[in-house]
Amino acid sequence: MNLLLALILLPLLGAIVVALLRGNERAAKPVALGFSLVELVLAAVAWLSYQPGGARLQLSGSVEWIPQYGISLSFGLDGIALVMVAVIALLMPLVLGFSWRERLPAERSRGGFFALLLVEQALTVAVFATTDLFVFYVLFEIMLIPMYFLIGGYGGSRRQYAAVKFFLYSFLGGLIMLASAIGAYSYAASVTGRGTFDWATLRGVLADAPTSVQVWIFLGFFAAFAIKAPLVPLHTWLPDATEQAPIGVAVIVVGVLDKVGTFGFLRYSLPLAPEASQLLAPLVLTLGVIGVLYGSLQAFGQTDLKRFIAYVSIAHFGFIALGIFAFTSQAQVGAASYMVNHSIATGMLVLVIGMIIARGGSSRIADYGGMARVTPVLAGMLLIAGLSTLSLPGTNSFISEFLVLIGSFATRPVFAILATIGMVLAAVYVLRLYQRVMQGPLSGTALLDSVGGPGAATDPEVAVDSGSGSGASRLALRDLDGREIGVLAPLVVLIVLLGLYPAPVLDVITPSVEATMSEVGVTDPVTSQGGN
Amino acid sequence: MGVVARTGAPDRHPELLAQQPTDMPPIDYAAIAPVLIVLVAACLGVLIEAFVYRRQRWAAQVVLSLLAVILAGAQVIRHARRINTGGTTLSDTVAVGPATLFLWGTLLALALGAILLIADRSIEPGGAFVAETNTAETPRQPADAPGAASASVMDRATASVAGMRTEVFPLTLFSLGGMMVFCAANDLLTMFVALEVLSLPLYLLCGLAKRRRLLSQEAAVKYFLLGAFASAFFLYGLALLYGYAGSVKFSDIADATAGSLRSDTLLFAGLGLVIMGLLFKGSVGPFHLWTPDVYHGAPTAVTGFMAACTKVAAFGGMLRLLHVAFGASSWEWHWVLWTVAVLSMVIGVVSGLTQRDVKRMIAYSSIAHAGFLMVGAITLTERGLSATLFYLLAYGFTTLAVFGIIGLVRTSEGEATHLSDWAGLAKRSPLLATVFTFLLLALAGIPATSGFMGKFVVFSAAFSAGMGPLVVIALLASALAAFLYLRLIVLMFFNDPAPDGPTVSVPGAFTTAAITLGVVVTLLFGLAPQLALDWASVGGFVS
Repeated sequence: MNLLLALILLPLLGAIVVALLRGNERAAKPVALGFSLVELVLAAVAWLSYQPGGARLQLSGSVEWIPQYGISLSFGLDGIALVMVAVIALLMPLVLGFSWRERLPAERSRGGFFALLLVEQALTVAVFATTDLFVFYVLFEIMLIPMYFLIGGYGGSRRQYAAVKFFLYSFLGGLIMLASAIGAYSYAASVTGRGTFDWATLRGVLADAPTSVQVWIFLGFFAAFAIKAPLVPLHTWLPDATEQAPIGVAVIVVGVLDKVGTFGFLRYSLPLAPEASQLLAPLVLTLGVIGVLYGSLQAFGQTDLKRFIAYVSIAHFGFIALGIFAFTSQAQVGAASYMVNHSIATGMLVLVIGMIIARGGSSRIADYGGMARVTPVLAGMLLIAGLSTLSLPGTNSFISEFLVLIGSFATRPVFAILATIGMVLAAVYVLRLYQRVMQGPLSGTALLDSVGGPGAATDPEVAVDSGSGSGASRLALRDLDGREIGVLAPLVVLIVLLGLYPAPVLDVITPSVEATMSEVGVTDPVTSQGGN
Repeated sequence: MGVVARTGAPDRHPELLAQQPTDMPPIDYAAIAPVLIVLVAACLGVLIEAFVYRRQRWAAQVVLSLLAVILAGAQVIRHARRINTGGTTLSDTVAVGPATLFLWGTLLALALGAILLIADRSIEPGGAFVAETNTAETPRQPADAPGAASASVMDRATASVAGMRTEVFPLTLFSLGGMMVFCAANDLLTMFVALEVLSLPLYLLCGLAKRRRLLSQEAAVKYFLLGAFASAFFLYGLALLYGYAGSVKFSDIADATAGSLRSDTLLFAGLGLVIMGLLFKGSVGPFHLWTPDVYHGAPTAVTGFMAACTKVAAFGGMLRLLHVAFGASSWEWHWVLWTVAVLSMVIGVVSGLTQRDVKRMIAYSSIAHAGFLMVGAITLTERGLSATLFYLLAYGFTTLAVFGIIGLVRTSEGEATHLSDWAGLAKRSPLLATVFTFLLLALAGIPATSGFMGKFVVFSAAFSAGMGPLVVIALLASALAAFLYLRLIVLMFFNDPAPDGPTVSVPGAFTTAAITLGVVVTLLFGLAPQLALDWASVGGFVS
């Protein structure tokens, strides 16, 4: 309990300190980074102290909050929550490092920005850690507020629209989930005589609930989680939010925030409504596969770098949903580890693209071309992030995607085959992007004309050698500096390391996934090739 | 220990209403002391108007009003400790039990804040209410005479010389007294008298704004005319119910509805008309038409008082009526109020989205909230009752603070309530914008605020009472309503301020206290609602 409580409260404390220091940017920045690094150390300690074969929920603790309604502030981690907490702890210092000198809208203080990011971190850790359904809902909604101000206050030109859209989508989903939560509470009250929101108790009660009750409860949760981890008809907030948010915030949105949705499927939808989950699995699988194909095609057609990332994510969330609802432990382990690997791969992709935008001052793909010649390290980083995104064997995402496909083929061959097309499309859209931005002769208005002009980044790396004629050689487009390499290096290491040796993540996740499977009451098909 | 003597004579005959020589009924003074304190203070206030020098009136009135409210509150708490179930007094016309005491406590606490807002003289020099007399041009004519336009009170210099009419304080206390009786009334006739006592001072208060006189007077006339109609409906319904049950007492009506062969037409026509009067007072949708205009035209402090206290009184009365008198016949009327709740939510949210004025927007938001309150009011379970009481308490404090803040944003011509005036307010006054955002989030029902806890307890009680579909509709309406408040937050934080935009006045001690009270309660009940939920677990109404 103490360690987990510290994990939640430390960023909050950091946020308060940073907010107080926000007038003094030189002090606020290192303090924020310091807090995020300590958080990372704590997360590492939590990881090391976690026993994969141990209790279902570890580091747990509980304090009564509203006894009249059986609500307590209870926390605990299973393997899936643990890896997500670790991912946030890992990404936050990198995001702060990236945003160190990023241009913010006029009159916005960087201290305030960092403080809001730390608040968001605290809430996200808490949302993964809580084991009380009511508290989960509360955090699920409160989480929106700092994010709303991060997008609306620090984003691009259409940030207000994006922020409000983001908020309303998630808030609506959350309220529908609240209906389900109240329904679960009332059902528990009618069965046991005393209502509760405790996850473990509810799981026991609802497992025997009639299917009709489960279906309603499932649908309520599904609305919230399908909006959060955008499944296709409910995804439209994500491209807008990603496009308008500052890069650091976009990393948190696609890297961590959206995972609350897939995490919710695993933690709440499946165990609380086991029969309904299996009954309605075809619905989710269909949406997932549509997401894979539609996201891939949309990514292919995007003209904006940040919207590109959003659609790539939508395609990947389709894979994760497929893995979760295929109901084999292979596929679910794949999906859960994909949650981590997608955060690492897409997080890096967003950061690299942020670095490209910082140089060109535009997010239109057409404004770039042939950068590899001038910025080879940046090009290499984009390639690594891209290859991990398209799940090249040897990178971290490959093992997850492979497990999802092989696991789901056993029970849902049609969906698995359709999703495989997504892998091919991924190679196409990633490599095409790389080709357009990095290869060929140096070209594009962002690089040649608008440097130093209105809308260009003020990053000092970008400067025009104004003395002589025209063309590529006149442009002092600088490659990555030490800070930027420092931000990307941990991710590169993880991509390669987890690609070659995924056991550390899989070992932690597998027992929790197997526990989830047994809660749903599903066993793997006897031979993983035979079933259908 | 029920101290109250039940004097209800066994003869429940119509003659009871007629004049007949009877002994003075025993009166449980301890139970009705809070009402007496408030009404006596109101009478004293009138005497102060007559006998105290003009320059000392304001101080005397403020001290008297605050003292009366605090004393009455202390008496409520004292009495609440002593009773278990409570009982009736004054020949069964007034019932004081835990639920009534909770409502009284809520009303008094909210009135305390409202009086603080009304008493403030620092934001608007001399106070927000019309002055006693005009200056030079029309020396003999009072400034609140119907024809007196706002010319002479429009400029700051004149306004600051003239004081404010201090009748607002006794008027507020009378209205408060009426509200308290309204929540405790045990028969329809007492309820009607209380309704008039609470309404008439409110009509006057609405018309007393110092600035924008015509708007204020229009609001008063509109409120009065529509209110008079609503009272007439109530009275007609009362007559029909008397015809049905042969008594105006709640318990007799309840007995009559439980398995009798009387004409249901009388019952439902009467109930419909009576409820209509109550819905009007609670500004529940389709009976809400007065709300935006009156909220907009009335002085902001009075709007705060109306929005917070009138709502508590109206819903307190309605809860009592439905629980005590019409619980048994609920299956007949349930679907009607079900529809009313949905209509109110939809009207409030959808119309609210089109508003361009902050006060009107909050008025529509209060109509939407009335819809949510209806969801709780028609559950007719103990949990539903305590949930609705909690919601009223939470909503009242939030609304009071909201109107306190609206009164602070001003141009030289008075309050700047147009939405465009609020653009970029966070740059001028980050603290005010942050506090206001918090209150708006509470109105939207975001967790960690009392607004969310209120919604949660009401919706879960309604769900348990088998009203799942209504809860889902209410949740969707909440999501839509969030847009209403988000719009204002976007405006304050993400837009650039207009160059000649309004300034934010530094609030005086009174307004600061009122706003702080509202904000602290909103936060406290959001984070630690157990205590208030315990108080609100009142069991049921006595009759």
